[in-house]
Amino acid sequence: MGIFDYFKAKKTPSSASVAKDRLQIIVAHERSKRHQPDYLPQMQQEIIDVIRKYVEIGNEDVQIQLENTDDCSVLELNVTLPEQN
Amino acid sequence: MAKIIVVTSGKGGVGKTTSSAAIGTGIALKGHKTVIIDFDVGLRNLDLIMGCERRVVYDFVNVINKEATLSQALIKDKRTKDLFILPASQTRDKDALTIEGVQAVLDELSEEFEYIICDSPAGIEKGAQMALYFADAAIVVTNPEVSSVRDSDRILGILQSKSRRAEEGKEPIEEHLLLTRYHPERVAIGEMLSVTDVEDILAIPLLGVIPESEAVLKASNQGTPVILDQESEAGLAYTDAVDRLMGEERPLRFLDVQKKGFFKRLLGG
Repeated sequence: MGIFDYFKAKKTPSSASVAKDRLQIIVAHERSKRHQPDYLPQMQQEIIDVIRKYVEIGNEDVQIQLENTDDCSVLELNVTLPEQN
Repeated sequence: MAKIIVVTSGKGGVGKTTSSAAIGTGIALKGHKTVIIDFDVGLRNLDLIMGCERRVVYDFVNVINKEATLSQALIKDKRTKDLFILPASQTRDKDALTIEGVQAVLDELSEEFEYIICDSPAGIEKGAQMALYFADAAIVVTNPEVSSVRDSDRILGILQSKSRRAEEGKEPIEEHLLLTRYHPERVAIGEMLSVTDVEDILAIPLLGVIPESEAVLKASNQGTPVILDQESEAGLAYTDAVDRLMGEERPLRFLDVQKKGFFKRLLGG
């Protein structure tokens, strides 16, 4: 860093701390998916297809989550139905 | 029984082969009979880094396919006593490796050697999975850079779920973080992830930090493992890492910025 750099305002966070924040988020996200069974994405798609037979929904309207606690696993399914006219 | 150590990373170009060569040589220098196996079938390079590329006659795949015996394929290192190299095949592909074939070779090597270093190919596919499957310990080579850290975390997940130890429910693979290509100057000005940043994210014990060093390229140009260059920071840092791997305590070195003179700092550069 030369003398001229000292005049530049340095308000933005360093690129290394941005990198660390981004990594912590993505790594935590990927770790949470690591223990989910391989069939989950396909099951999600099939559930969406079944619901679509009856109601018009988008892919993002079905959230599926598997949570493991000590002695049981909970499959959480959250379907957002469109507003009725 | 030999201890099987995989050197792995997920991402390519982070220094797996350089580290395998350095660490394997370092262990052998301590008097332990060591073999380094190149698992990068189709893209072998350990032979070049170790400077024995012209002595390769038979390779790992030949031994698996029983076209050659182990003693025909093993190359004895000319510089370091107690060190051998098992080169990868350059003409086959990764499908030439099978669990049974690899196991048979490792079992035979285990009778004669104390340490088996498996130099993994990049990626998370078959070759990389074969290299880590039988491991007792893993050295995860990581650069202080986002894609490398993410890939290291991914490979840690595979070590914990797809290794033999995981499948058989045995004690998990010992994990070691080796941070390479580290620039203390860039860390100091916030341009590079620090050792602590990477430790925080990956949460595995640190084996060592290898500073970015001209000596690494110089060593690979000459086909000499960089650990033999005991004048270089990288060589000394690898020696420390090997000592730690053997259970000795060594303080971290070469992490501080070297002080620049007043004028150099004033003028920049």
